Amino acid sequence: MYQTTYHKAASVAEAVSLLSGAEDGKLLAGGHTLLPTMKQRLASPSDIIDITGIAELNGIDASGDTVTVGAATPHADVETSAAVKGAIPALAALAGTIGDPHVRNVGTLGGSIANADPAADYPGAVLGLGATVHTNQRTIAADDFFTGLFETALNDDEIITSVAFPVPAQAAYAKFPNPASRYSMTGVFVAKMKDGSVRVAVTGAGDDGVFRSSALEAALSSNWSADAVDGVDISADGLLSDIHASAAYRANLIKQMAKRAVAAA
Amino acid sequence: MGAEGIGARVKRKEDKRFITGLGKYTDDVELPRATHAAFVRSEHAHARIGGIDASAAKAMPGVVDVLTGDQLVADGIGNLICGWAISSKDGSPMNMGAYRALEHEIVRHVGQAIAVVIAETDSQARDAAEAVSVSYEELPAVASVEDALKAGAPQLHPEAAGNLIYDWEIGDKAAVDSALSGAAHVTRMEITNNRLAPNAMEPRAALASYDPAEEHYTLYTTSQNPHVARLVLSAFYAVAPEHKLRVIAPDVGGGFGSKIYIYPEEIVCLWASKKIGGRPVKWTAQRAESFVTDAHGRDHVTVAEMAFDADNKIIGFKVNTKANFGAYMSLFSSCVPTYLYATLLSGQYNIPAIYCDVQAVYTNTVPVDAYRGAGRPEATYVVERMMETAARELGVDPTDLRAKNFIQEFPHQTPVIMCYDAGGYDAHMAAAKEAIDYAGFPARKAEAASRGKLRGIGTSCYIEACGIAPSAAVGSLGAGVGLWESAEVRVNPVGTIEILTGSHSHGQSHETTFAQVVADRLGVPIDTVAIVHGDTDKVQFGMGTYGSRSGAVGMSAIVKAMEKVEAKAKKIAAHLLEADEGDIVIENGEFKVAGTDQAKTMTDIGLAAYTAHNLPEGMEPGLKEGAFYDPTNFTFPAGTYMCEVEIDPATGQTEIVNFVAADDFGTIINPMVVEGQVHGGLVQGIGQALLENAVYDDSGQLLSGSYMDYCMPRADDVPSFEVRHTTTVCPGNPLGMKGCGEAGAIGSPPAVINAVTDAIGNNDLSMPATPEKVWSAIGAAGMPQAAE
Repeated sequence: MYQTTYHKAASVAEAVSLLSGAEDGKLLAGGHTLLPTMKQRLASPSDIIDITGIAELNGIDASGDTVTVGAATPHADVETSAAVKGAIPALAALAGTIGDPHVRNVGTLGGSIANADPAADYPGAVLGLGATVHTNQRTIAADDFFTGLFETALNDDEIITSVAFPVPAQAAYAKFPNPASRYSMTGVFVAKMKDGSVRVAVTGAGDDGVFRSSALEAALSSNWSADAVDGVDISADGLLSDIHASAAYRANLIKQMAKRAVAAA
Repeated sequence: MGAEGIGARVKRKEDKRFITGLGKYTDDVELPRATHAAFVRSEHAHARIGGIDASAAKAMPGVVDVLTGDQLVADGIGNLICGWAISSKDGSPMNMGAYRALEHEIVRHVGQAIAVVIAETDSQARDAAEAVSVSYEELPAVASVEDALKAGAPQLHPEAAGNLIYDWEIGDKAAVDSALSGAAHVTRMEITNNRLAPNAMEPRAALASYDPAEEHYTLYTTSQNPHVARLVLSAFYAVAPEHKLRVIAPDVGGGFGSKIYIYPEEIVCLWASKKIGGRPVKWTAQRAESFVTDAHGRDHVTVAEMAFDADNKIIGFKVNTKANFGAYMSLFSSCVPTYLYATLLSGQYNIPAIYCDVQAVYTNTVPVDAYRGAGRPEATYVVERMMETAARELGVDPTDLRAKNFIQEFPHQTPVIMCYDAGGYDAHMAAAKEAIDYAGFPARKAEAASRGKLRGIGTSCYIEACGIAPSAAVGSLGAGVGLWESAEVRVNPVGTIEILTGSHSHGQSHETTFAQVVADRLGVPIDTVAIVHGDTDKVQFGMGTYGSRSGAVGMSAIVKAMEKVEAKAKKIAAHLLEADEGDIVIENGEFKVAGTDQAKTMTDIGLAAYTAHNLPEGMEPGLKEGAFYDPTNFTFPAGTYMCEVEIDPATGQTEIVNFVAADDFGTIINPMVVEGQVHGGLVQGIGQALLENAVYDDSGQLLSGSYMDYCMPRADDVPSFEVRHTTTVCPGNPLGMKGCGEAGAIGSPPAVINAVTDAIGNNDLSMPATPEKVWSAIGAAGMPQAAE
């Protein structure tokens, strides 16, 4: 690891100030990607600004038809939150599949979606539920937030403050982990919203990051059942192919995980 | 045996320090004024080095020096050697290319060391290593044996035309060809044994210190065999003469073969310590370095043909293997696919004719050498996949086909050198079948099918040659060293005992099990016995630990030394008790006159020996004896492993639902320790079968160079194992031991793959059987992939 300067911000305003004052600052919101990358000397930020201790970024609020999760809330809190389990059990269950207990106790929602790893789990829930991302500057709809591999709509000086998830009628997440990394090799989040619309988000499989499957959404809109997935032709075009899984195999996994998710929802 | 003797399930003496974090590993050793080394490594698989510019690096903070290969050559440091000479079938010696500890002309694999930066801190050394500018002229590279043997393939070494190191053979080709042509049935398979990265928990490390006053070197390092390291560093690399070099291998966190070898980094640290004026030089591998520098394992491509007569008896076996050696010949690489592989192709079976030829091939990859099992897993995988497939082709039960061909009489001379001394193959097969409820499998398969799962069962009957090895025998086959072991037993004046052994423990529990052997003989508590190992200044000499040899060879040396100590102690006791020497018996730590209550304790004997006030006429003072033990034969552990899997046809995901290991290890000193060895070996074998793969792309870049992509088995990847033991005592050594360190890794891969192929009805499946491969094979077999 290269030399770096560590700061612990007490407020979002202080974090923004520290970030703007740094030559090449990075926000630390759990660090499960940033720190290994630094240890491998693949990243060399001049300053690390730790935002996990900021009170206004922490916490879970479930009221009405929305569950709002602070950006610095660890996965373990979402996994075990009675409020989340009551309102969106699929979200709590998804959080419980991320990494291992060590990861879940330190990793955060904001850190995960800001990093936008194509194999991360949370982007599936954010896009699959059509959540709203709140930042210190604006609100961003999930459909506009993820823009590619490790790419988001966030500006350089923009900090996610919370994510508001609409409470669906039914939802579930099914994932097939990469045997080595245990990241999602393919994960499918299905949701039937209270207005009857259906959203299906696929993570781990797309060569441009998390995406919605219009074919699955169409099939499940007319028939919300695992059987409906059988008739859907999932194309391998645009899917990742690597030493662990070809695009064709990932296309099969999308179908299988969609069936599992619908059955579990 | 006593509460702590042979056969007792004694808890490990070493666990207290390991579990509480008090183990002392090489990286824990602190020497005053130590510097830190960081290596500049090739980013190309094959390239000519145009120049190395270290001027910027030398000017960086904390940098002591930057050293390169031309300086190493100028100082007379020798090239790395291969310690086992193999000749091709035409009689020509093996074609070995030059292997330098630092390469300044042509690099041949990603990760090869080019230069070393010595700095005040580890970070400073790494920063400066990045500032060393190497200009490369990239050369075409080759990563697989098939590509390396093609006409026009990139050539690695001028010494090895066509990248061929040797083309070796064993057995009677004419007899095997005749059997194949006259056979009632021939089973033919193309079998790949996947490349593995060893991944010991503790990365390799070296801390070298040169004392200019005494012109003496000390090396702390992660070694399985510190004396062999000293020998090779002295005799071949010319770092220092043996009496001016001390090698210490303190606590070592796993080896699996990868820490047998003397690598470039250890050589360079020793040389560099003198070069910079005697300050110590420390290097500890980063995990990413381990992936591209620790010797890899396996990587065979094989075609095998097995001939059966009309009664389903094997009448001939023909094997052609191409072995990937990587870019250089590692220390014992040459013997792995020859004398540790082809000599085991008879398995547990009576096979009248065997022929095997092996081509050893250079590629632009990390050197390949012995890894847990070393040749024997590769042999077992070939033999046992052939047996299972043959049974399916012949329409007979795979366990029946094996039993029909089992060797029943011992000693048994195979057509490929080995003479099996003892065994009872029906017994461990019966134990395994009983433990897994073989007869109940069809019902379990039907029940799984009702849940939409494909259930399969697979068998593997492995044999291995351990306890290496009779020195004269291996010498005649090309080995550069003898493979005996030594021990010294010191009884202290207060009666406590120190055992100095040339074996080295890096996870094997020697501090407990070796003490149990002493406790068994003397009836003393194991806490009064200390096991001393891993330091060339303390221990007389030794050949180290690998090849499951520490029990059969290392403990045998201890027994021999103990016999001498006991003989002298009995003389002292008889003298003190005014009894006849022949009447003295050893019981519960005391030397007694048989049938009386007259006795002397170990303390009495020790005090008498060292005060020397009242010893028998003419007896030397002291009570210390040494012994060297050279085995008379290999030992032949064998067993039957059975694996049962369930596969989700929708995803190809395999779950091991049942795994039984029934082993014959001969005498067992500590069943708990042996079970631990078996469990660990099974997990490594299951890792190879389902998860692990060192994958190179065509340009020689390692694609699975971190745990994000190289899949190490985790606890939830494996079931709770059922371990059984059957026993035939090894007649070749005093304790009747065979060795248990590698069996799990040797026997398990074919059991797993045979179970998976049974479940999916397709024999065409290679390791690791990833979900995608299994899913594709299910589709190729025409089975429904998405059961509802």
